[in-house]
Amino acid sequence: MTIDQILLQGAAVFLTLCIFSFLYKDNPFYKFAERLVAGIATGYWTMLLFHTNFVPVVWNRLAHDHRFIYLIPTFLGLLMWTRFSKNWSWISRYSIAFYIGISSGISIPLALYAGLFRQLEATIRFPVTLDAAGLYSFLIIVGVLAALVYFFFSAAHKGAMGGLSRLGIYVIMIGFGAGFGLTVMGRIALLVQRIIFIRGYITSLLGIGG
Amino acid sequence: MKREIPLMIVTVTGIIMFVQYFIPSNFSEDVFTFLQDWVMIIGILSLPLGIWSLVKANTQKLKVPDERFYSAVLLIGFLVMVVSGWMPDWRSKGIHLALFQNVLIPIQSTIFSLLAFFVASAAYRAFRARSVLATILLLTAFIIMFRLIPTGPFADINNWLVEKILTIPNMAAKRAIAMGLALGAAATAIKIILGIERTYMGRD
Amino acid sequence: MKFLEKMMQIDRRWIYLAIFLAVIIPAIIPFTVPMSVSPEVKKIYDFVEGLGPNDYLFVAMDYDPSSLAELNPMAEAILKHAFLNDRKVVIVTLSQFGPGMVEEITTRLAGEYNRIRGEDYVFLGYRPYPAITIMLMGTDFRVPFPQDYYGVPLDSLPMMRGIKNFNNVKGVIDLTAGNTADMWITYGNARYNFPLAIGITGVMAADYYQYLQSGQIFGIIPGVKGAAEYERLIDKPGQGMQQASYQVVAHSVIILFIILSNVAYFATRGQKSKLGGAR
Repeated sequence: MTIDQILLQGAAVFLTLCIFSFLYKDNPFYKFAERLVAGIATGYWTMLLFHTNFVPVVWNRLAHDHRFIYLIPTFLGLLMWTRFSKNWSWISRYSIAFYIGISSGISIPLALYAGLFRQLEATIRFPVTLDAAGLYSFLIIVGVLAALVYFFFSAAHKGAMGGLSRLGIYVIMIGFGAGFGLTVMGRIALLVQRIIFIRGYITSLLGIGG
Repeated sequence: MKREIPLMIVTVTGIIMFVQYFIPSNFSEDVFTFLQDWVMIIGILSLPLGIWSLVKANTQKLKVPDERFYSAVLLIGFLVMVVSGWMPDWRSKGIHLALFQNVLIPIQSTIFSLLAFFVASAAYRAFRARSVLATILLLTAFIIMFRLIPTGPFADINNWLVEKILTIPNMAAKRAIAMGLALGAAATAIKIILGIERTYMGRD
Repeated sequence: MKFLEKMMQIDRRWIYLAIFLAVIIPAIIPFTVPMSVSPEVKKIYDFVEGLGPNDYLFVAMDYDPSSLAELNPMAEAILKHAFLNDRKVVIVTLSQFGPGMVEEITTRLAGEYNRIRGEDYVFLGYRPYPAITIMLMGTDFRVPFPQDYYGVPLDSLPMMRGIKNFNNVKGVIDLTAGNTADMWITYGNARYNFPLAIGITGVMAADYYQYLQSGQIFGIIPGVKGAAEYERLIDKPGQGMQQASYQVVAHSVIILFIILSNVAYFATRGQKSKLGGAR
């Protein structure tokens, strides 16, 4: 390892340990690392936004390409800054309305198509036959129906509907159990990666193989 | 004027974008691209609002004795990244990238790695088979977790069980939730376009 | 019984210490773990393997350092696979801290596999508002990205000549830890109908099987285990397989914790109900 690698990665290990110290209790080292990352992250994003978003998408179009139609959205974007004024913040509603209206309009057909129609079609598409695949199709139809009935609160969960709703909550609990099992793997992975990083630094520093 | 014109803008643009989806023509596609491009520009120019708020709040905290040091750390980190972001090749070398790789990445990933400890603690303290439903959840989680542990002759059965759990009951439950979310999203969007939902405008 | 009652009230910091020791063990005593491959990961492998010499792969690396542990291994495995087979890759990131990580991975792997930026792969860069960016890319990549991440106009990149939008790529693989997967499914696949696969964290993995069954996505790489499976398929062990032994020990410890806490719970509950009955 070179000197600057030793120093930079050493700083990374130190900051990692500062964050881990929170597990014992809140302390100045943790607070220091927390505030440092907030500042670094904000500064990073500021320059990223400026160089790779504002310059090519806004500045170049106006200053180099002379596409002055883009003055209108630029003006609308600058109107958002009136939010900092108590008397003039209402002006920013025009820009917000533009964004909200467009996003809402496009989301209606796409959300319904992707989230509802395709899912409904997939639930009933596969035939219920007297074999394993057919059994799975039947279980899927019953499971989806039961879970939907559980979330339907406009009618009392009594009688047949109550029974289906009860089955629905069992199905949902299986789903949440599956989610929890996979969540444990995900969270452990985050910790393991840090341990592997610290181990790698120590072994490199000491010149130990592996 | 303060509320009526924005409501009109929302309704008109919302209906245009909704109707545009059902009209397969080059003009319709051009309108779509044109409006989305404008929204991107508005968005890019409004993102620095958050940055300004953070910098302003921490500059004010410099006057508070207990917060002074930590706010100074934040502001110095911010300034160093902004200044180093003007150097040539800031994207691929130099202090800007070095700070990103040796400060931001380690700290952010370590903050989230704390969740591993919290999930273990939560599993120990709260994950008890108090009822039938809790037992179902617990047993399912066990089967899924055992997939990562070599169980010798039981590995094939376990893998088969995991595949069936994920693709039948888990999928059914998540499908029902996804369908509900899609209906909710569409309903909220319709309410916004019709002017029933106005929380985005804030208060006068 | 007092011991079991004490176990139920144990300070959480002892649990933290146990987990910490559990993940230290494989660091000191490494061991390998047998790995089976799930069908949803195999489908993504087969897709990348089946790309032709003139086919483009689109990879969206929509994650930040908080999920680097799970998603970096799969990003590396997919890029290695594409570069090994000499396939062209278009890369984008819709995560605000993604560019630095994408830059590091692509530069390193391009050096290892002698890939040239602009000819073999392109990194478009970052844009905010994923839904809008995806829809604009569906019209023309040049609308949201007139230049690549390094400021080079797309039209001057040899690889980008002749490709306009998603109609010109064979498929999209989205690696994400947030709701960007939903955006790609809703605003990308639903509108432009391109083949889409996702690589996601363990937390999210159980939530996307309905899209796999409906055909809206053709594959899932679920968390670090999925990454390890992909590494096994391309025969290039990496960070995913390296994590497997740690996962075994940590999972064993957590399962033991849960069993212990339930034993303590039922034993003390039985004792309490006996005492309550006696009164």
